[in-house]
Amino acid sequence: MNWIPIILTLKLALVTTVVLFAISLPIAYWLAYGKSKIKPVFETLVSMPLVLPPTVIGFYLLIAFSPKNVFGNWVQEMFGFQLVFSFTGLVVASCVYSLPFMVHPIQSGLASLPASIKEAAIILGKGKITVMRKILLPNIKPSILTALVLTFAHTMGEFGVVLMIGGNIPGKTKVASIAVYDEVESLNYFAANQYSLVLFVLSFITLFVVYLFNGGYLKNYIK
Amino acid sequence: MIDLNIKKSLRTENSTMDLNIQFQVEKGQLITLFGESGSGKTSTLRMLSGLLEPDEGYIKVSDQTWFDAKKRINLSPGKRKIGYVFQDYALFPNMSVRENLSFALADKSDRQIIEDIIQTMDLEELQERKPDALSGGQKQRVALARALVTKPQLLLLDEPLSALDNKMRYKLQSYILKIHQKYSLTTVLVSHDIGEILKLSDKVLELKNGTVVQEGSPKELFGLGSTSAKFQFTGEIVEIHYENVVGILSLIIGNDIVKVVCDISDINLLAIGDKVLVGSKAFNPIIKKL
Repeated sequence: MNWIPIILTLKLALVTTVVLFAISLPIAYWLAYGKSKIKPVFETLVSMPLVLPPTVIGFYLLIAFSPKNVFGNWVQEMFGFQLVFSFTGLVVASCVYSLPFMVHPIQSGLASLPASIKEAAIILGKGKITVMRKILLPNIKPSILTALVLTFAHTMGEFGVVLMIGGNIPGKTKVASIAVYDEVESLNYFAANQYSLVLFVLSFITLFVVYLFNGGYLKNYIK
Repeated sequence: MIDLNIKKSLRTENSTMDLNIQFQVEKGQLITLFGESGSGKTSTLRMLSGLLEPDEGYIKVSDQTWFDAKKRINLSPGKRKIGYVFQDYALFPNMSVRENLSFALADKSDRQIIEDIIQTMDLEELQERKPDALSGGQKQRVALARALVTKPQLLLLDEPLSALDNKMRYKLQSYILKIHQKYSLTTVLVSHDIGEILKLSDKVLELKNGTVVQEGSPKELFGLGSTSAKFQFTGEIVEIHYENVVGILSLIIGNDIVKVVCDISDINLLAIGDKVLVGSKAFNPIIKKL
């Protein structure tokens, strides 16, 4: 069995999770605490990937990434590579696609903390970063775990977006879900089954971790 | 010490209230904001702390302007050097008692103050515990302790004892008095417990619908100066019972139900739920409506 698509899938999921975590923290903070009138617009935008067909996201990203367009052209001028049909492009697309899975758990975690905890830290003269790092994040660990794992799992299961903007380049953009499709297309059911089974097991394990930790089943073992 | 004159339009679920508050507090005083819930006590405290921005007016503390709508000055809460104790304690759940205190410390070299405060508040045995493992009264002590770490000039207490039982309240009141004196604080307390106010405060401001309606010493305000009673308690009427020519009032004083004889002519002025003062000159009890 060719393990490269599996490794590529895990790599994509890992990089996306790390990048998206950094991007989502300020977004979730703003959505949880911001008082701006345009907040509902951004809340809607963040949630859009939940309901939009992945092909729609893929299509627009494909257009945006194209070197013929402003954004794609700028990336090419600035960094010297193109996003379409590249691993970096997949990461960017996955970040868009998995955004709600990272933002929502963190946002609801922050919103569920009593406002007084944050206010107490502010009165003590602590800055936003310190409050986030020392007070808010440590108290929403279950939400963060949920966010990280869901993003990871969701990125692993990504198909439509990857197909649209990544294509099917072995070792570069051919992730496991694409490989399954590819093998079925060429009637190679045995290989398709292998990839599918690995994805099935991986997804099970990742989600199982969340339920194990957040369900409190490990309380007796870890402090 | 504090010179405050602020206006704020507050929107609640079904109404708006225009808060319009003026008062002065002298250095070292312990004043209480008293009034029904929704009268604007907590909002006043929040504006004093900088958590809520007034619409108009000014707040000056020790010749320093904390807020001035005209001059567009609004000092951030962290720069106001205040200690604030929240109604729900607001301890950081991820930190032990000691860590809660050290987190508050701005100047890490000044470790001694933490030892000092832990001792004052009798927290030695609790210092390694997490807030979840503390009782309500213990949490409140930690919250008070944490508010003192920054050596505030002003201590703001938002109904700090409302969630505690009477025994614990009594104990905590002594702690509040102790720290108020020991650290020469100026303290603003929000409370609606008359007994507590009588015990703790130098001055009371009664708030109603967003304005100060009465101001004075607790004894003046609750009418205690005008009787010559030998002993006196405050209580709440729970039952009024007529017995031929006299009435019998059942009162809750502290945790106890007490029955007191009352003249029929006086009883007509009283209703169930009224707060009353019960005093006695050796033999005859005095009942006076508060």
